[in-house]
Amino acid sequence: MTTLVQTLFNGLALGSVYALISLGFTLVHKASDAVNFAHGSLLLLGGYLVAVLHTSLGFPGALVVAAAATALAAVTVGQLLRAARAQGAAVPTILTIGVDILLFTELARRIGTDVLNLGDPWGARVASFAGVTVAQARVASLVAAVLLVAAFLAAFRWTRWGLAMRVNASDREAAALMGARGERLRASAWALAGLLAAVAAVFLTAFPTPGLDRTTGQVALKAFPAAVVGGLGSVGGALVGSLLVGLAEAFSAGYQDQLSPLGSGLSDVAPYLVMVLVLIARPQGLLGAKESSRV
Amino acid sequence: MSEPPARRRLGPALLAVGWLVLLLPPFYLSAFWLQTGLFAMAAVIAAIGLNLLVGTAGQLSLGHAFFLAVGAYGYTWLAGSPAADEGLSGLRLPPAVAFVAAVLLTGVAGALFSPVSGRLRAMYLGVATLALVFVGQHILLNATSVTGGFNGRSVPPLTVFGFVFGDTDDGLTVFDVPFGGLERLWYLGLLLVAVASLLARNLLRGRPGRALGALRDSETAAAVMGVHPARYRAAAFTVSSMYAGAAGALLALVFQRIVPDYFSLGLSMSFLAMVVIGGLGSVGGAAAGAVFVTVLPQLLGHFADRIPLVVAPGSTGTGLDASDAADFLYGAALVLTLVFAPDGLAGLLRRLRLPRPRLRAATPQTSAVGEPAVGDTLKEQTL
Repeated sequence: MTTLVQTLFNGLALGSVYALISLGFTLVHKASDAVNFAHGSLLLLGGYLVAVLHTSLGFPGALVVAAAATALAAVTVGQLLRAARAQGAAVPTILTIGVDILLFTELARRIGTDVLNLGDPWGARVASFAGVTVAQARVASLVAAVLLVAAFLAAFRWTRWGLAMRVNASDREAAALMGARGERLRASAWALAGLLAAVAAVFLTAFPTPGLDRTTGQVALKAFPAAVVGGLGSVGGALVGSLLVGLAEAFSAGYQDQLSPLGSGLSDVAPYLVMVLVLIARPQGLLGAKESSRV
Repeated sequence: MSEPPARRRLGPALLAVGWLVLLLPPFYLSAFWLQTGLFAMAAVIAAIGLNLLVGTAGQLSLGHAFFLAVGAYGYTWLAGSPAADEGLSGLRLPPAVAFVAAVLLTGVAGALFSPVSGRLRAMYLGVATLALVFVGQHILLNATSVTGGFNGRSVPPLTVFGFVFGDTDDGLTVFDVPFGGLERLWYLGLLLVAVASLLARNLLRGRPGRALGALRDSETAAAVMGVHPARYRAAAFTVSSMYAGAAGALLALVFQRIVPDYFSLGLSMSFLAMVVIGGLGSVGGAAAGAVFVTVLPQLLGHFADRIPLVVAPGSTGTGLDASDAADFLYGAALVLTLVFAPDGLAGLLRRLRLPRPRLRAATPQTSAVGEPAVGDTLKEQTL
């Protein structure tokens, strides 16, 4: 029973971090019609900046600067994508892969084989209630993610910016005619994605994870299946998918003894297995709209 | 039809000369360069296959590292002999049979993915194929009796009718040059590249190529013309994975020992870079891109001491590690190609070859009609 509760909690905490990543990913997809494969490297950039800056600026200062810088980098990638937008659906996506190669090579070169500490205030402290022991960092990640996602959803639902984003995603031309500024909307989506990625980097590398290393960006890629499971382009789907993927990963880690015939390290691939299973049943994802074309 | 007769005769002649020149390296080059060349050949085969999928069908795949692994490990397992002390199993098939079977096995693996590959479009498939790479890594590390686990497994040499494509002491020399494993594999590699590119050309110029191009440009229009979208997409994915399987088996023969680490997401990304740099939709372009991306790190590493800012891998000097420098260069090449020359090296060449006055006079429609004579597919005219 304790294991179950603990696993459930871990899954929710993990899912909440994935939600931050896949939300940014979905926003970018809505705004630029591209799958952003550079997202993992942007997250690595955010984490790396926090790791480098936290000694001189303190953790909060470092996080603010890192989030701003990552947002700026993301906007730059978005601007670069404009150049390739006219050349077919897959081209901007491939472009993000090129950006990913460049960004990752530079960051991996700087990080080397080190494991960096991000200097977060929770450290290795744990909290226990009702016989269940959990890392404080995970509680913090859950709280932060819920707050950020709630703030985003509220803005998406009730502000003019949110309205413009939704219109722009469903009909770009109509949105432009109504006075929505496509360029600014696109930039804001990319900036938000970068910001969320930097925050996610902190929680992804907090205790019990040893810290930030060059593979952190690849860990963040697990948010891709989350977005796809929910249905790419659907904000609600990204959130549902993230929780599902987080839970799948936590359960395959928590019950790995029972799952040992499937090999060690199953939890690392659980998100991808969930994605393939969902795609076989529903190619458009759980909450994605089925594509139809009118002749 | 639009090329002047002299030029039309020049093209095949140049191609023939090129192939003849490719027969020479085993007599002149050192083992290092022969190995580099063989890596390039394996990459060329995989890139041609990926190009069928990405360039012609407009589908994105990041799963090619997985299919290379299936080809490589498939061959090794089918041809390998069981070693009880290391806990390895093997079917001990004749290596030539194992090579063909490995390619077919990769095709089966690709076909098994068709519920996903047939129904997802372009970039969505790209995300879905991430699963292949990561789940593939998991299998490679855990199915130790087949793959040897983390430390990998050594690859039995290929023998065809008693002729060994590997290092043996049968003292074979040709024109006073001792023919070891690499020299022999060189010709096997050339043969495979020739077969692969011929097959791809025929596929692209025939009905399947037209159908896939139509599907890429407009799914609705293609479906109305009788092209079954899911079936054709799944078929393109399967054929493309078989190319990767052949490349993987060749790579295994060159490496002589294969480890799971090699078949990573980075490898898939580099294949995508090859196809884009070379030019989407062109067989020759894919080959050129593959040579560029494969040979670049070897070139930089080999001449590190003579190139400013670059140092040899593992050295303590200040400067860019050669493999990092190569990653930067091909990443940048990928980005610059997409931004400034979206049809890649093949497109640049095509633009050079078009007579200038026609270029100025031609409207988009007439250039589209003239295209099949020089290109391999109908060029994408849609925005």
